[in-house]
Amino acid sequence: MNAELGQADTGTDPVLEAKDLVKHFPIQRGIVVKRTVGHVQAVDGVDLKLHPGRTLGVVGESGCGKSTLAKLLVGLETPTSGSIKLEGREIGNLSARRMRPFRRDVQLVFQDPYTSLNPRLTVGDIVGEPFEIHPEAVPKRGRAGEVKELLDMVGLSPDHINRYPHQFSGGQRQRIGIARALALRPKVLVCDEPVSALDVSIQGQVINLLQRLQDELGLAYVFIAHDLSVVRHIADEVAVMYLGKVVERGTGPEIYDHPRHPYTQALLSAVPVPDPDLRGHREEIVLQGDVPSPIDPPSGCRFRTRCWKATDRCAEEVPSLAVGDRGTHPTACFYAEERDVTHAVK
Amino acid sequence: MSETVRVIGDTLPGADFNAPLLEVDDLRVEFRVRGQRIPAVRGASFTLEQGRTLAVVGESGSGKSVTSQAIMGILDTPPATITGGAVRLHGVDLLEQSEETRREVRGNHIAIVFQDALSALNPLWSVGFQIGELFRVHRGTSRKDAKLKAVELLDQVGIPDAKNRVGDYPHQFSGGMRQRVMIAMALALDPEVLIADEPTTALDVTVQAQIMRLLKRIQAERNMGLILITHDLGVVADVADEVAVMYAGEVVERAGIRDAFKRPAHPYTKALLRAIPRVDTVGQELEVIRGLPPNPAKLPGGCPFHPRCFAAEDKCATEVPPWIEPAEFHGSRCHFAEEVYTDER
Repeated sequence: MNAELGQADTGTDPVLEAKDLVKHFPIQRGIVVKRTVGHVQAVDGVDLKLHPGRTLGVVGESGCGKSTLAKLLVGLETPTSGSIKLEGREIGNLSARRMRPFRRDVQLVFQDPYTSLNPRLTVGDIVGEPFEIHPEAVPKRGRAGEVKELLDMVGLSPDHINRYPHQFSGGQRQRIGIARALALRPKVLVCDEPVSALDVSIQGQVINLLQRLQDELGLAYVFIAHDLSVVRHIADEVAVMYLGKVVERGTGPEIYDHPRHPYTQALLSAVPVPDPDLRGHREEIVLQGDVPSPIDPPSGCRFRTRCWKATDRCAEEVPSLAVGDRGTHPTACFYAEERDVTHAVK
Repeated sequence: MSETVRVIGDTLPGADFNAPLLEVDDLRVEFRVRGQRIPAVRGASFTLEQGRTLAVVGESGSGKSVTSQAIMGILDTPPATITGGAVRLHGVDLLEQSEETRREVRGNHIAIVFQDALSALNPLWSVGFQIGELFRVHRGTSRKDAKLKAVELLDQVGIPDAKNRVGDYPHQFSGGMRQRVMIAMALALDPEVLIADEPTTALDVTVQAQIMRLLKRIQAERNMGLILITHDLGVVADVADEVAVMYAGEVVERAGIRDAFKRPAHPYTKALLRAIPRVDTVGQELEVIRGLPPNPAKLPGGCPFHPRCFAAEDKCATEVPPWIEPAEFHGSRCHFAEEVYTDER
């Protein structure tokens, strides 16, 4: 079963595991009599395994399903099919009430620190709100102290407990969002584009904070981002998504230095490198057109409409995320072939 | 060529073709809000020549977008006021021109591409009509001919099947395609200077690569000057010839592309470059710039960067640093520019 993400076995059981996860959103027409005219295939058969203390990076462009995947993992969406296991227990299809105790263990950090904090609540109320929903977590009397401790943990002054979100900068707000996510002492943090709304000088501060917290608390992260260099920095393993499917996965060096899927190669080659000496010395793959609609994705391989390697076979058969012949990392392509796109070429 | 010169002479009286294409000289912009004067741009200077790309780099609030709006003459006044400096196009100070002349300059000489194409385009008119509007208003072209011109432009910016898409509305285009429409509009009157204000920030990387390639191609074809306003140092390294780094409303460093990345002379530039995650930072703590960008209403004394600076000394808090040029075409507003440049700091 080497093909599963999380193959780098740490000797422990995975804390979070998803198998063949599918989420289709029905598109309905009609006012009185609703009929379903199609489905948005947001996530279509994703497997993943996450071990304690490890970080799984998920990269892909808008519409690839990475945010839906995040919502599925924290239980904000119910999967159409497939399973999600938290420490071996199936939680994918539980009712809202039976799901509640498990929600404590998997928490979400949102992308936009401006809209994900209620402007009418003080920081203390925001960070302490999880205790209202899970009163068993911390007794009422200890909550104020706990909130102060959380603020301190994320690098904010505990004296700011009575301030409102607008009194903080973007980076500080993201820290508030992280403190809230940590309130219930979760085992897994799903971070959906946690730094993409922040300036470069502030991004680094938040990334360092996340890494420090991981070391201190033994958290496992699912780190979703479109910025490939940030993901490379923080992730132990990386999954590349395209139109609801994982097309390639492996360790950081496997994905970044030895990409095998054409889409991964195109994605990496499109990322501008902050080194003027590499200008004109890197392989450039400029894809044609846009990502097709997930309502009616291309048959066979979903990337074939933009792929330079596509043949008739790609339209007929769906490539599976298979381990390569010589034990190379899993790539969902019939013509997978390593190609260096990040380093200078002569 | 002679035809272009004639057009420029018509719309920009007094143009001197020996002067630089565009020169921004100590530009100062203030916002007056509730009786308070908040400086947004506190002395921005740079020069742009034909066929060159200047990247203006800075974080949010550094004044880079306000600078571009002042060059275009599209600042909301009030609350904004231009309190000093000059914006010279072919030697003519645009800030002293009548609104009528400025209107001629916009589009004909200087055009802008905004970040968010969806809010920059009017949702109620077809893209063809909006592009054609430029020809109808500025050139008095007939509706029919304006539409033909619009098709031609859409084709040039790589919109497939332009003939049939010219009647479509902005929402019918994808993000990348909308940005192409914006570029087509900016190019319509064949400007000499194109300002691209974060043109790819809202786009995915593979689409960003398409748009940057398009901008470079068009710039080369038309020999335009391009001002690229961005916070993405990767994009800068990929396309710019020169860089101006802005911090707290000032240009703190100006240099050729290679020098700016390899031998920065301002601690802010140096720290910014170090803060980007790279291959060799994997698994390590990132170097960060401590603290936050300053509130423009309460700027620190002396050098505005000193509270966050790794090289700061006592005098940085009291004395405003001079403009020092440690090398030719390379300047920095730092007391220790020489030492930072030679890596002694």
